[in-house]
Amino acid sequence: MADLRDEPLVLGIETSCDETGVGIVRGTTLLADAVASSVDEHARFGGVVPEVASRAHLEAMVPTIRRALKEAGVSAKDLDGVAVTAGPGLAGALLVGVSAAKAYAYALGKPLYGVNHLASHICVDQLEHGPLPEPTMALLVSGGHSSLLLSTDITSDVRPMGATIDDAAGEAFDKIARVLNLGFPGGPVIDRYAKEGDPGAISFPRGLTGPRDPAYDFSFSGLKTAVARWIEAKRAAGEEVPVRDVAASFQEAVVDVLTRKAVRACKDEGVDHLMIGGGVAANSRLRALAQERCEAAGIRLRVPRPKLCTDNGAMVAALGAEMVARGRSASAWDLSADSSLPVTEPHVPAPEDAAAHGHAHSHDHVHETSKENLYS
Amino acid sequence: MLLLALDTATPAVTVALHDGTDVVASSSQVDARRHGELLLPAVDRVLGAAGTGLDAVTGIVVGTGPGPYTGLRVGLMTADTFGAALGVPVHGVCTLDGLAFAADIDGPFVVATDARRKEVYWARYADSRTRLTGPAVDRPADIAEQVAGVPAVGAGALLYPDAFPDVHGPEHVSAAALASLAAERLARGEELEAPRPLYLRRPDAQVPKNYKVVTPR
Ligand SMILES: [Zn+2]
Repeated sequence: MADLRDEPLVLGIETSCDETGVGIVRGTTLLADAVASSVDEHARFGGVVPEVASRAHLEAMVPTIRRALKEAGVSAKDLDGVAVTAGPGLAGALLVGVSAAKAYAYALGKPLYGVNHLASHICVDQLEHGPLPEPTMALLVSGGHSSLLLSTDITSDVRPMGATIDDAAGEAFDKIARVLNLGFPGGPVIDRYAKEGDPGAISFPRGLTGPRDPAYDFSFSGLKTAVARWIEAKRAAGEEVPVRDVAASFQEAVVDVLTRKAVRACKDEGVDHLMIGGGVAANSRLRALAQERCEAAGIRLRVPRPKLCTDNGAMVAALGAEMVARGRSASAWDLSADSSLPVTEPHVPAPEDAAAHGHAHSHDHVHETSKENLYS
Repeated sequence: MLLLALDTATPAVTVALHDGTDVVASSSQVDARRHGELLLPAVDRVLGAAGTGLDAVTGIVVGTGPGPYTGLRVGLMTADTFGAALGVPVHGVCTLDGLAFAADIDGPFVVATDARRKEVYWARYADSRTRLTGPAVDRPADIAEQVAGVPAVGAGALLYPDAFPDVHGPEHVSAAALASLAAERLARGEELEAPRPLYLRRPDAQVPKNYKVVTPR
C-alpha cells in the first residue's frame, strides 16, 4: 500500500460567493475544512450582495487559513501546492481569494493552481468516496449553477451535457421562500416545510420535459412563476396558503426534473454511476429521489455529505491535489480571477504550458471588472 | 530593516523595497483594470532587481486607500497574506499620505484622488507629513470652498480643475514614497496604522422591495 505521506499535501482557497473556505487535503484524504460564511449579512437583502461578500472575504481570509492549518495539524512549509478557485463566480469575491492564494504560494515558494469551481464541486467527492470513477457523470445544483457534466479526467476533460437556461435551482428555492415569507437562504427552510407537506398536492409544471425539449437542459423560471401565481391566487381569494404543501409540491417539481434528466444522461452515455454536488445536493428529497431512481436504473449514486456539497476550500484542495498528482502545470503569477471561466477548463495553467498542451485560451472578455456573474 | 511596500488603491499598481535608508528597487504601472494580474509579478520583479527574496523582508507596508474597493483589496489581501506566511508585521499607510509625502510641499495643501461617481477621495495637509482632516469622499463642487486657495495634489485634482485650479506634484501614488514615509515613522518609533481598508462608503446593497407580484392585474 502506498505511503500516505507520498500523496500531495495541498491547501485550497474558495471565495467565489459568500463562503470564505480554506481546506487542506493529502491526496484524497480530508485534513481540514475551515469555512467562514457571510450568509447572515446577506439575509436581509434576500440574496448575496457582492460587495458585502468581498469585504467579508478580506477580513476572514488569514484567520481561516490559520484555522485550517491548525485543524489539519500540518505546517505550511510542508505543502506541495496552493490551489484557488479562479472562476466562475462573483468577480470581486474571486479576486480576494486569488490575491491571497498567490501571495501565500509565492511567500512559501510553492506552486499555484488556479482551478475551476465546478470541477472542484465534482472532485470533492474523492474525499468522501475515494477516487472518482472515470468517466463520471455529475449533477451540480446550487444557488449559482445547475449543470449536468461528464468528465473522463477531472483535471483535463469536463464536458457540459446540459445546464439551466434561466434560473439556477437554488435561486428558485430562494425566490419561492421569499414569496412564502420564509427568509433567505430558501433551500433548507423549504426542505423543512416540505417534509410535512404533500408533494402531490399541487401539480406544478416540469420545465423542458417535452419530447422536443433539449434532453439535459433545465429551466426553473416558468416553475417559479407558476408557484408565485398559485400563491397569489390563494391570497387574492382570501384563502390561507398551505405553505407545507406548496413547499413540498414545488420541491418535488424541481427534484423530479433534476433526477429524471441526470439518470437519463447516465443511461444515454452508458455511465453506471452519478455524483451530485452543490448546495442543493443537501436537499433531503433530492437525495432520496435520486437514490430511488438510480437504484431502479442500476446506477450507483455518490453524494458527498452536505458540508462538502456547499462551497468550501476542501473541494478546491481536492482538485489541486489531483492536479499535482497528475503532473498538471501550475498557474502563472499573473493568474486572473475569471468570473466566467468556462466549465471546460478545469484549471488555468501558465500560458506557455497551455500552448504546449494545445489548449490555449480562446475566450475573450474583461476579467475582474466584468459585471457579469452567475448569482445576480 | 527591509520593507516591502505596495499600493493598489488607485489606478497605479506600485511596489517598492526599502532598506531603512533608501529605496532599493521599485515598480509602478498604471492600469485601473488589472491590479490582480499585475501585482504579484511586480513584487517578483522588484525583489529580483534588488537581488533578494521575500524571506529577507522584515515588514510589509500597504496603502489602505481610500480607493475603489476591488483594486484596493488586492493590495491589502496580498500584504495581509504575506505577513501571515512570513510572520512579519503588516503596516498600513493611508494612500493619500503617500501622495502628500511625495509632493514635498512645505505649506498647507490638499490631496485628491478619483473616487469615481463624480466624487474625489481627499484630505487636507499642513505639510507633507501632517494630515489635518480626512480622508473623506465628496463631490468636488461641494468642497470647492474648503479647498480654495491652496495647492492640490493627485489625479483627482487634475480631473476637476474648477474645484482644484492649482495642481502640483505627482499624479499617482508610489510605493517608494509610501515605504519612505513608513520607514521614517518607524525610525521615530511611531506606531503605524492597522492594515485595514478605508472604504469610506457603505457597500452598494439594495434591499429588495416586498416581492414583486407576477400575476397581471
Ligand atoms: Zn458552488
